[in-house]
Amino acid sequence: MTDIWTLLTILVLACFVGYFVVWGVTPALHSPLMSVSNAISGIIIIGALITAGVAEMNTSKIFGLIAVFLASVNIFGGFAVSHRMLLMFKKKKSPEEKK
Amino acid sequence: MNSAFLSVSYLLSGVLFILAIRGLASPQTARRGNILGMLGMAVAVTATLMLPEIKDIFWILLMLLGGGLVGIFSALKVRMTALPQMVAAFNGLGGLAAVFISAAEIAAGSPAHLEASLGMLIGAVAFSGSLIAFAKLQGIMPPKAIVFAGQQGINLFFVLAIIGVTAAYTINGDIELFEILVCLSIVLGLLLILPIGGADMPVVISVLNAYSGWAAVGIGFSLNNVLMIIVGAIVGASGAILSYIMTKAMNRSLLSVMLGGFGLEKTEDRQQNSRDRKVAKAGNPQDAAFIMENANKVIIVPGYGMAVAQAQHVLKEMADDLRKDGVEVKYAIHPVAGRMPGHMNVLLAEANVPYEDVYELEEINREFASADVAYVIGANDVTNPLAKTDPNSPIYGMPVLEVEKARTVFFVKRSLGTGYSGVENPLFFADNTIMLYGDAKKVTEEIVSALEQK
Repeated sequence: MTDIWTLLTILVLACFVGYFVVWGVTPALHSPLMSVSNAISGIIIIGALITAGVAEMNTSKIFGLIAVFLASVNIFGGFAVSHRMLLMFKKKKSPEEKK
Repeated sequence: MNSAFLSVSYLLSGVLFILAIRGLASPQTARRGNILGMLGMAVAVTATLMLPEIKDIFWILLMLLGGGLVGIFSALKVRMTALPQMVAAFNGLGGLAAVFISAAEIAAGSPAHLEASLGMLIGAVAFSGSLIAFAKLQGIMPPKAIVFAGQQGINLFFVLAIIGVTAAYTINGDIELFEILVCLSIVLGLLLILPIGGADMPVVISVLNAYSGWAAVGIGFSLNNVLMIIVGAIVGASGAILSYIMTKAMNRSLLSVMLGGFGLEKTEDRQQNSRDRKVAKAGNPQDAAFIMENANKVIIVPGYGMAVAQAQHVLKEMADDLRKDGVEVKYAIHPVAGRMPGHMNVLLAEANVPYEDVYELEEINREFASADVAYVIGANDVTNPLAKTDPNSPIYGMPVLEVEKARTVFFVKRSLGTGYSGVENPLFFADNTIMLYGDAKKVTEEIVSALEQK
């Protein structure tokens, strides 16, 4: 098990990475940024998978399964709507006309 | 399956997520970025499912499939004007998922009481806050700020109660305290978002987005999971930065937005001041068409009113017709146009406006002086020069689009009413302003038919 100080170190460094990467995002794509970050915050699903994966059916497993469902709505929906948005951002002389 | 494999998979997945956000630096790389994000998620989920702890996979796959179908279906069905409420809804579901994961851990007898509580309470606030934001954006609830006496005192009470119960639960681990904590956090989320008005929604959505990230960090600590901490921190940073950009674009502090009640008090006394004395010039679409086709440069300033009227497609037609006449056409977007960060860019992109024609506030402001026409459609407050000149105005200090510098300004509006801020726009009465009264879509359609007649 990783000790709390290592985890805190990782947290602080990750905040810096996030800070710089997010400032690099062009303002035109702030909506896709929200939906992509929304989708990847669904990473909590791996916590849900572990609690939902136990063999016997108990309260903990049921809660875990509900969380798997909710998080996967978040993940699939977030990536799908980002993809839909990003398809619409086109360069000037793009010949394909998509609705 | 050993732990080295899991660690490497999580590392790979974390790198892919960072590259996903990095891809959004430009529209050319954004689609690839999104796909890298999906890949990152697939790697993380697959590696987790291969753990020896996962003994029963049937129900998990069922839930993944069900959730995936619901998510994809709603993502494909949603209209782009309704995007903010869908992001709010997804945020809320993510928050609720965090609540259930914490509850599952507690039910399984996890000793990480403090960490699980933190993940739970941020998730719960994100959930109930998003619920209110969704209801306001969707029009189920009036978008106005709901303020009542002693509101801030009550909020403070809830915050203190949550801190107290969390401390008590951390020490003695009584499951009933955890249940009380869930209820308190959900109520706090409702209370926090109720007093925030419609115009502040871009900030609210960003803040809720940040919460869903911090909830993941909390859960990551309780499960000792490095990947969740990394991703949560990045999402949290993203939400925080977007909140900062939005509040700066409105010249407000995050605190004043969260305390709420904007645009309520100052409305009435201001409206009487100048209304009756001045006269606004009204024009008709045919005149507007004539002036615009003889212009060299037209800058279009769309606001949320354009999106409400669904005028973006006909607006694009107008721009295309003008270009055929040799007119240079550009779009100018204020950061808070729309109901979420970058919303207006998406709406224009949906109408096939190439992103190179769309300019942000700082890029375009000095070009208004060289423009013949500024065509303001469904926007008001973001062009109000009082923000620069009147220190008493509630919008003073907010960066605005300097449309008044164009030779002629057309305002497409239903009436001379004030914007969300409740401040009158003196531009309506300026010598170079012509008002085009009517529905944004109808007026623009008439201009298009006038342009195409000759």
